[in-house]
Amino acid sequence: MQKRLNKEVVSKLNELGMEIYGQLERGEFPRIKLPGRTTSNIVFDEELNQFILGDQKAVRSASNIKQIRSLTQLLWVASFAKRLVSEGKSSTLRDLYYHSLNYGIKFREQMESDDTVTDLEALMTEPREAFNIFPKERSAIFGDLSIEYTTPETHKGRRANLGSNPDGVMVGLSVAQADFLSCNANKVFVIEKNAVFRRFIEERVYDKFNALLIDTAGQAPRLARLLIRRLSLELGLPVYLLTDADPWGMHIAMVIIRGSANAAHLRELTTSTARWVGLWATDIKRFSLPSFPLTKLDEQRIRLLEADMRYRDFEWQSELQEFKKTKRRTELESFSAHGLTAIVEKYLPKKLKMIADMS
Amino acid sequence: MSGEKFKAISAADFFYKNKEIAGFDNPVRATYTIMRELVENALDACEQYSILPEVRVKLIDEGNSIYKLKVEDNGIGVPYEQVPYAFAQILFGSKYTLRQSRGIFGLGGKMAILYGQITAHSTVRVTSSTGGFEKYSYELNINIQENRPVIRRKEVGPNPGRWRGTTVQFSFEGDYVRAKPKVVEYFKQTSILLPYANILFVDPDGVLYRFDRVTDVMPKPAEEVQPHPHGIDVEGVQRMINASRSSTMLDFMANNFHRVGVATALNFLKSIKIDPQANPKTLQSRELLTVVSRMKEYDEFQPPDAQCLSPIGMELLKAGIMREFRPEFVAVTQRGASAYSGYPFIVEAAIAYGGEIPITPPDEMSVFRYANKIPLLYDLHSDVAMKVIKKINWQRYRLDLSTMPIAFFIHICATKVPYKTVGKEYIADRPEVEYEIEWALKTCAREVKMHLTRKEKASIVQRRLTVFEKYLPLISRFATELAGAQNQPNVEKVLKRLQIHAKEVEQRSSLQAE
Repeated sequence: MQKRLNKEVVSKLNELGMEIYGQLERGEFPRIKLPGRTTSNIVFDEELNQFILGDQKAVRSASNIKQIRSLTQLLWVASFAKRLVSEGKSSTLRDLYYHSLNYGIKFREQMESDDTVTDLEALMTEPREAFNIFPKERSAIFGDLSIEYTTPETHKGRRANLGSNPDGVMVGLSVAQADFLSCNANKVFVIEKNAVFRRFIEERVYDKFNALLIDTAGQAPRLARLLIRRLSLELGLPVYLLTDADPWGMHIAMVIIRGSANAAHLRELTTSTARWVGLWATDIKRFSLPSFPLTKLDEQRIRLLEADMRYRDFEWQSELQEFKKTKRRTELESFSAHGLTAIVEKYLPKKLKMIADMS
Repeated sequence: MSGEKFKAISAADFFYKNKEIAGFDNPVRATYTIMRELVENALDACEQYSILPEVRVKLIDEGNSIYKLKVEDNGIGVPYEQVPYAFAQILFGSKYTLRQSRGIFGLGGKMAILYGQITAHSTVRVTSSTGGFEKYSYELNINIQENRPVIRRKEVGPNPGRWRGTTVQFSFEGDYVRAKPKVVEYFKQTSILLPYANILFVDPDGVLYRFDRVTDVMPKPAEEVQPHPHGIDVEGVQRMINASRSSTMLDFMANNFHRVGVATALNFLKSIKIDPQANPKTLQSRELLTVVSRMKEYDEFQPPDAQCLSPIGMELLKAGIMREFRPEFVAVTQRGASAYSGYPFIVEAAIAYGGEIPITPPDEMSVFRYANKIPLLYDLHSDVAMKVIKKINWQRYRLDLSTMPIAFFIHICATKVPYKTVGKEYIADRPEVEYEIEWALKTCAREVKMHLTRKEKASIVQRRLTVFEKYLPLISRFATELAGAQNQPNVEKVLKRLQIHAKEVEQRSSLQAE
C-alpha cells in the first residue's frame, strides 16, 4: 500500500515539474495556481464536519518580483520531497530548513520553510507525511496492539506489540504507517498529559478498561491524529478524549474530532466519532475538584471559541457557558486530591456511562 | 605728490607696528600667510595675462625656526626698472581702477617680504624676465622708516631660453610643522579652482605635492573698470579729482565712473544742485561730502556690470572638483552678476555627491569657500555661506547632510570681496550676497536631487533584474529535477523579456526626471 502511495506522490511532483519545465521552454514566466490559504478561504464543511479550503486560488508567478522567491522555495521543497520519497528517506521540518541553506534559497526563519511545506501540501493535496517530512515526535501509545512495520526498509516485516514497553512506544512514522495485525483492546483513551498517561499504565487501565492508551503531550501531532483515525476506522474502536478542563484542553479534543484551521487543506486526519469525556467545566462541581480562576487569556480564548463554527453544537456551547459562569478551570491531575486511584476508579466509569447514556 | 609720499612712509611703518592685522600674528599663522600671499601673486601674474600657470613652491628648513621660501612662476614678469618698487616698497595703488584679482594692491606679498626682513634679517632675491633677451636679478631690502627700496645687488644676464616669469626667494621665521595642515589644505583647495594650473610644492620634509593641469581652458581675465559711483568714498573721489585733468564736474563724472555717461552725469549733478561746469579741484570739502553721499543714494545710475569679473565658469569648476574628489555626481551653477554697494559680484557654486567625498558630522561639513579664487580656510562658522547652508531646508531636496557624502563649493568673485576682517578669512552676510548664494545652492541641490531620483529608479530596476537573474536559474534547475528531465531549460528567453522591460522603465523615468 505504501509503495503505491509513494508512486502516486512522485508522479504528482513530476507533473508539477513538467508544467514549470514546459513554461520555461516556451519562454513563459513559470506560474502555478495554489488554493488560497487565507482565513477568508477557510470554510467549514458540514458533510466532512471539518474545515476545508474554499475555491479561491492564488497565482504564484515568476514574473512578480514579490512572488518569485516563494515560488522558487516551493519548487525547491517539491524537489526535496521528491528526492525523499523516491529514495525512501525521511526528514523533519527543522532538517528541511537546514537543508535549504545548501541551495541558495534563503528562508528567513524556520517558520517560512514550514509555511512553504504547507503550501506544497495544499498544492498537492497531500499531507507532508506523504512527502516523508515529519514534525518532531512527542506522542506515545501503550496497549495490546500487534503491528507489522511497513517502513523504513530496514524494519519492513518486523513485528511488535505495543504493550511491551511500560513507558509507551513513540508514535513516529513507522508506528503510524504500520499494518495492524491483532488488537485485544476494545477502546482507545487519548490523554493530554504524560503524567496521567503514566498513572493509567501504573493503574492498569489498559487491563481494567480493555483500552489502548495514547499520550498526545498537548496538542496532538499529525501522526498521532493519523493513528487515532486509523484505529477508529480500521479497527472500529471507540475513541475517548481526556483533557484539562480549560479552553485549551477542550480545543485539543476538538482538533482531534474536527481538525484544525491550519490543516484545512488536508482531509483524512480527523476522527469525527471520537468523544470528549472530560474534564468538562461542569465536572469541577460534579466531582468537587480543586480549581483555579481563569486568566485573562483563558477568557479571551473562550470568547474566540464561542464564535467558532466547530463549537456550535449544544454540548460544547454549554461547556463554554459554564466556564464563563464559574470562571474556574482545573487539570486532569486534580483528581489526585481524592487519592491516587480516584480518576480511574470513580471518574472514568461514571463518565463512560454518561457518554453511553447520551448517545 | 607730497601727500602720497607721506602715506607711503606711514604704510611700511604702520604694518611693521601692526603685523597681526594682516595675518602675521604668530609664526604658524605667518608661515601660512606668507606662502599664500606669494602663491597668489604668482597666480595673478599668469592669469591676468591668460598664461596657463606653472607655479613651483619650495620651502626649506634652515634651522632655528628659519625657513627659506622660493616661489617661481611663468607669469608676465616684472619689467627691469620696476622690480625694486614692486617688491620693496609698500604703497597704495596709484591707479584708481578696479578689477577682480586676488589682492588689490599687491600689499600682502610685500608684507611677507617685510616680515622676513624683520624676523630673519633676510633680503629678498628676485629674478625676473618679461621674455626678452635678458633676465635680471635683484637683492633687495626695505628701508622701513622711509618706505624705500634698498638695492643690495643687481645683476643682468643673457636669457638664452627666452624664459619669462618671476622667482622670489627670501627667508622668514616660521613654524611649518604646525602650519603644515593648513598649508597643504590651501594648495589642495586652490588647485580645485584652478584645473588649468600646474602647481608643485616641495615641503621641508622633501614631500612633493603635485597638482597637474587637466584642461588648457582658462577663464577670460578680468578687465579693469572705473569705480561705480555707489561704491566710492570721499577719499577715493578726492584722489580721483587730484589725478584728473578734467576742469568741469560734468567732464569729471562722465570720464571717471563706471557706467556714468554725460546724460547720467548731467541728471545727477542737476538733482544735487551742483553746477556741471564747476571745477572739481576747487570744490569745497563740504560740497565734496554732499556729492559723495548723494552719489550713494542716487538710484538712476546703471548697475555695475560684470566685465570686470573673472568667474571660473561651470566647466572649469566641475573639472577641478572632478580631479580632486572624483565624485559620483556634481551639480554646478553660476548666478548672473549682481552688486552690493556699487561693487559687482558673481556667485558660483557646486554640490558634489559621492565618490571620494567623505560623510561628515554636521558640525564639520565639507564646505569649500573661495573669494576671487582664494580658498578661505578659517572661520567657516562665521561665514555667510554657512549661514545659508544652515538656513536651507535640505529635506526638500531629499538630502541629509549628516548621512550623505556631500560637499559644497562656493566661489564669490567681486571687485571688492566683502570680507568681515582684514585677514581675508570669511565673508560678511551682505543680504545681496546671501541671496545669491542661497539660490545658487538651491539650484545645485535640485540637480542633485534629480540625480539621486534617477539613480534610485535605475537601481530599483537593476535590483529587480538581479532578483530575477538569481531565481530563474534555480527554478529551472528544480523544475528539471522534478520533471526528471536531462537538460535544464534555458532561462535566457525569459530574462531577455525582463531586460527589455527594464530598459523601457529606465527611459521612462529619465524622461520624467527631465
